[in-house]
Amino acid sequence: MHVKHKDRIVFTALIGISLLTITVLLWILGYVFLKGWRHIDIIKLIPPIVATMYMILIGLGISAPIGIGAAIYLNEYAKGGKFVERIRFATESLAAVPSILFGLFGMMFFLTTLKLGFSMFSGGLTISMMVLPTIVKTTEEALKTVPVAYREGSLALGASKLATITKIVLPSALPGILTGVVLGTGRIVGETAAIFLTAGTMYKLPKNLMETGRTLSVHLYLLAKEGISFEEAYGTALVLLLVILMLNICTYLIGAKLNKNRGR
Amino acid sequence: MKYIFWLCAAITIIVITFMGAYIIVGGLPFFSHTNIVSFLLGKKWNPSGEIFGIYPMLITSIYATVGATSIGVVVGMSTAIVLVEILPLKAAKVFSAAIDLLAGIPSVIYGFWGLMVIVPIIDKFWGGKGAGSSLLAAIIILSIMILPTIIRMSEVSLKAVPKEYKEGALGLGASKFQYIFKVQIGAAKSGIMAGIVLGIGRALGETMAVILVSGNAPIIPKSLVDPVRTLTANIALEMGYASGVARQALFATGMVLFALIMLINFLLTQFIKNAERRNGNARKA
Repeated sequence: MHVKHKDRIVFTALIGISLLTITVLLWILGYVFLKGWRHIDIIKLIPPIVATMYMILIGLGISAPIGIGAAIYLNEYAKGGKFVERIRFATESLAAVPSILFGLFGMMFFLTTLKLGFSMFSGGLTISMMVLPTIVKTTEEALKTVPVAYREGSLALGASKLATITKIVLPSALPGILTGVVLGTGRIVGETAAIFLTAGTMYKLPKNLMETGRTLSVHLYLLAKEGISFEEAYGTALVLLLVILMLNICTYLIGAKLNKNRGR
Repeated sequence: MKYIFWLCAAITIIVITFMGAYIIVGGLPFFSHTNIVSFLLGKKWNPSGEIFGIYPMLITSIYATVGATSIGVVVGMSTAIVLVEILPLKAAKVFSAAIDLLAGIPSVIYGFWGLMVIVPIIDKFWGGKGAGSSLLAAIIILSIMILPTIIRMSEVSLKAVPKEYKEGALGLGASKFQYIFKVQIGAAKSGIMAGIVLGIGRALGETMAVILVSGNAPIIPKSLVDPVRTLTANIALEMGYASGVARQALFATGMVLFALIMLINFLLTQFIKNAERRNGNARKA
């Protein structure tokens, strides 16, 4: 009886503390929605939205093929050993490096050394390095879930290793790989530190790869930092949040499909 | 074709090595201007006067990280325990989705919310030289930002504890509370530690949210409500217009940050290795 009583007190405390997490989330969401919905000015947001698109396209265009390729090597070809361990450590480290260091590196290497200037291209290259570990990790997990029997069956029927990978393994792992790509998109959309040092901060519509521009997050950061217009900031914050919400829903839909395929 | 995949994998190594080397090469010349001891322990940062001491930023980064981690661990572990052991499955799923969302919110939105909500609250109740922009605000925002990381990792490792442990503990007459705190957390220790270390890395590396709420004064904080500047903020704020030796000083700041992160990452891989070994043993038994 005594112990039960103590249990109840502790559990109540734990639930109370964990409610803090939900409270904060609702507070942030509620605040941004209530303050923002009247201030969405989509015309004014077109240049940042276009810049954000550039970042997503260049960033994923580079990191997705390389990341998926690396994951294929790790899961389908590599047989353990020092090299694999080093790749693991490299991806873990790359994931742990703060975005500002990517910005610092990108600014010096792409802008100064390679003379690409503040441009969509510099920003895209920098951000592609940042999302690389996310893509590698999720693709590897996805490949791991493909049953060995699929590969054995395909190989036994006389398909080459490459054909097995491209026609059997990759299609089965596709939902998982897509999840990684969506997660990567989320990181690119939300990133500020690495982008504002490489793609620039100017409010303008980038017409090609070599032009500068500011993404939605950089736009919000500058509006908030300079305190020019909090109303615009509220609107931008809400648009940014809606994009993230949409991406989150995407991962759930993909996840649901994945579970259905597995017959759960 | 195998070699193309191999090359892709090798690129990850090349990228991190090249980046690390580039930052070190960019930062090393700086130490002919200021030696490393007076750089790390110098209490004054004045780029226009060519005085570069990052001690205030270093100590701020440490304070902010320790503060945020302490709050994050208490709240995060409680949430993880509630998710795994207390809530019914359906409620836990909804709760989990909420945490995914929390993990996806961009840091600049946390910073913006902190600036508009937390900073005015601090200003109202405690004031301070930065009118609310302070170390405390940074700690609060960072602790929220690292919550999803700590919750996720703790959740996964608490769930991985074999069912037999629970059955055994409860069978021996332990209460649920005794089981959680004396058996389950102990068995999930390595994984939880990995989550905490990952959280520390996040907190240390966060930039934009911190810039928006911390006031950015390069001084040694004497109280929680003093305006402060972290290592990351130092780079972001001045990189745009620094040149010559000031720019090298920022690279040197980056080097310090890089070294700290690599150290943390090394600890992390050790914890994960331990966790894997433990799980392997448990499965065998």
